[in-house]
Amino acid sequence: MSTPVESDDIYFNTTRLRLAREADWDRLDHIISQLEKKSAKSLDDDDLLALPVLYRGALSSLSVARETSLDRSLTRYLEQLCTRAYFQIYGVKVSGWRQVANFFAEGWPGAVRNIWRETLVALLLTVLGTLLGYLLVRGDPSWFFDLMPGGMAQGRDPAASAQALSQTLYDPGKEGFLGIFATALFTHNSQTALFAFALGFAFGLPTAMLLIYNGVMLGALFAVFAPKGLGASFAAWIMIHGTTELFAIMLAGAAGFRIGTAVAFPGPLARLDAAVQAGRTAGLVMLGVVTMLLVAGILEGVGRQTILVDWQRAAIGSAMLFCWLTYFYLPRRHTHDR
Amino acid sequence: MIGKAKSPRRKRRTLKRNFVTPEGVDLQLTLGSAGERAGAFLIDLIIMFAILIAASLITAALFNGFGSDADPVFAIIWLLGFFMLRNFWFTLFEMGGRGATPGKRLLGLRVVARDGARLSGAAVVTRNALREIEIFLPFSLLAATGAEGSNTDAYIWAALLWSGLFLFLPLFNRDRLRAGDMLAGTWVVQVVKNDLAFDLTAATNERQRTHFTDQALDLYGEFELQTLEDVLRRNDPEAIRIVAKTIRSKLSMPDEGDDYDFLFDYYAALCARLEKGLMLGKRRTDKFENA
Repeated sequence: MSTPVESDDIYFNTTRLRLAREADWDRLDHIISQLEKKSAKSLDDDDLLALPVLYRGALSSLSVARETSLDRSLTRYLEQLCTRAYFQIYGVKVSGWRQVANFFAEGWPGAVRNIWRETLVALLLTVLGTLLGYLLVRGDPSWFFDLMPGGMAQGRDPAASAQALSQTLYDPGKEGFLGIFATALFTHNSQTALFAFALGFAFGLPTAMLLIYNGVMLGALFAVFAPKGLGASFAAWIMIHGTTELFAIMLAGAAGFRIGTAVAFPGPLARLDAAVQAGRTAGLVMLGVVTMLLVAGILEGVGRQTILVDWQRAAIGSAMLFCWLTYFYLPRRHTHDR
Repeated sequence: MIGKAKSPRRKRRTLKRNFVTPEGVDLQLTLGSAGERAGAFLIDLIIMFAILIAASLITAALFNGFGSDADPVFAIIWLLGFFMLRNFWFTLFEMGGRGATPGKRLLGLRVVARDGARLSGAAVVTRNALREIEIFLPFSLLAATGAEGSNTDAYIWAALLWSGLFLFLPLFNRDRLRAGDMLAGTWVVQVVKNDLAFDLTAATNERQRTHFTDQALDLYGEFELQTLEDVLRRNDPEAIRIVAKTIRSKLSMPDEGDDYDFLFDYYAALCARLEKGLMLGKRRTDKFENA
C-alpha cells in the first residue's frame, strides 16, 4: 500500500486512532522512559517542550479510546502511559535544593512551633521520669537493676567504685568496647525517638510511657554517679550530645502526641483527614528530628571522645541547646501563622 | 436512566480507584494488593541483609580473617548498618524520583500521595517511621514469647495481639493502607510499564469471512468481547479450541475446523457491532445486560 489505509477500508475505531496518534504515543513513551531512568536534565529542549503537549494528547486519546473503542490492549496501554507521564510531570519535586532550603527556613521551625503544647507535655513527662528514677535508686539501689535493661548499664551500677565510674566518663574509647557502647547508645536512642513517634498512633499513651521510662533511665544513671561526687561530671558527659538528643526524643514524642490526639479526637474533620493533617505537621517535625539525631550522633561519636574537660562539654551542650531554642522559637518576621 | 450501576459486589472487590488528573481525565489507578506489598517488603528485607553480610565479609577480608581484632568492628557495622538500613533504606529510595524501593520497583509498585499532589519528604518519613510499630514491635514481641519465662506469657501474648492490629491493618481497609499510609496521606499503586500490542482488527486476509446473524452477535457484551481479545492475543491452541467449541455450540453452528479464523471473524463482527452501538451512546457491558 502506498498511502495509509483509505478511511473507507477501516472498520474499527482503534485502527483509526492508532494510525493518527501512535507516533505521538511512541515519542511520549520514549521521553518518559528516559525521565524514569535519568533526570530531567538528560532531555533535550525539544523533548522538554513537547512533553506537556504530548501528555495532554495522550490523555485525550485515552478519553477517546474509552468512549469509542473496544480494544482493551489499547486502553490498557494508554492508561499506563498516561499514569507514568502524570507521575513524571506532577509527581517530581521542585528543585531539590529549593525544597531543602524551604524546609530549614520555614517548614521545620514552623512545625516545631506548631506543636509547642505537646512539646511541653513531653518535657514534663521526661522530667517527671528523671525525678522518679533518681529518687527510686537513691532510696533503694537495688531498683537500678530492675529499671535498666541489662546491656545498657555496662558496669555503671551502684556497686561500681568511684574510680571505675569516673573512667567510663573520660575513657576516650578509641576502639573496642566503648566504641560499641557509644554506637549502641546512639542507635538505641534514635530508635527510641522514632518509636516514641510511631507509638503516638496508638492514641499517644504508649508514647507517654516511653518518655517517662526514658527519663527514669536517665535519673537512675544520675543516681549512680551523684553520690560518688561525680554528678556534675556525669551531667557534662550527658549534656554534650544529650541536649540535642533528648530534645529530639521529646520532639518526636510531641509529634506522636499530635497524631494520637488527632486520631482520638478528630474534631470536625473525618478521622482519616484529621490523621493526614496531623501527619503533615508531625512528618515535618520528624524529618527534623532525624537531622537532630545525626547531629547528636556526630557530637557523641566525635565530640565526646575528643573533648574530655567537663566545662567544655557542658559549654558545647548548652550552646547547642541555645541554638536549637533560638532557631525554633525566636519569632520570625514574615511568618504570621502560629 | 444514565448508565446502569454495576453490581455492587463486583465494584467493592476491585482495587481500581478513581484518580482524576487536573486535566479532568480519570486515570483509574490500580492499588497494590496486600500480597504484592508484603512481597516487596520481603525483597527489600533480603537485599538489606545481603548488604549487611557483604559488608561483614569485606571487613573480614580487610582484617585478614575473623580474628579478635575485627570483632568490635563487626559489632559496630551490624549495629550502625542495621540502624541505617532499617531507618533510611525505605525513606531515601521513596524520596527519589521513582517513589519506590527496589522491592517495590521489582513488583511494579509506587508510593503516591492520595490527593494527587507531590509526594513530600515529610510524608515519606512519616509513613516509614510507623514501620516501627507495624513491623518491629510485633516481631520483637514474637521473639520475646520464645525468650521469656512462663509468668509473663499472658502479658506478652496480649501485647502481641495488640501490635498485630497494626501489622494487619492493611487487610482491614479497602484501600490497603498501612498505619503509615493513613498518617502520611499516601497509598501504593501499580505502575506497570507495558507496550502497545499489535492492532488485532487490522489483521487482514483475503479469505472468505464467516457471516454471523444479528441474533448471534446479540449473545455477548464488552466484557466477553475483551476476554475473547485476550484469548486471541495469547493464541494458546488449547484455549482457542475450547472457546471456539463453546461459542459454536451456543450459536449452533457446524464445526469447520478453522478455530482461530472462526474466533477472529466472530471477534471482528462483534466488535464492529458493539462499536457502532457505542457511537449511538449504547453501551453493553456484559452479556447479562439487555442488547
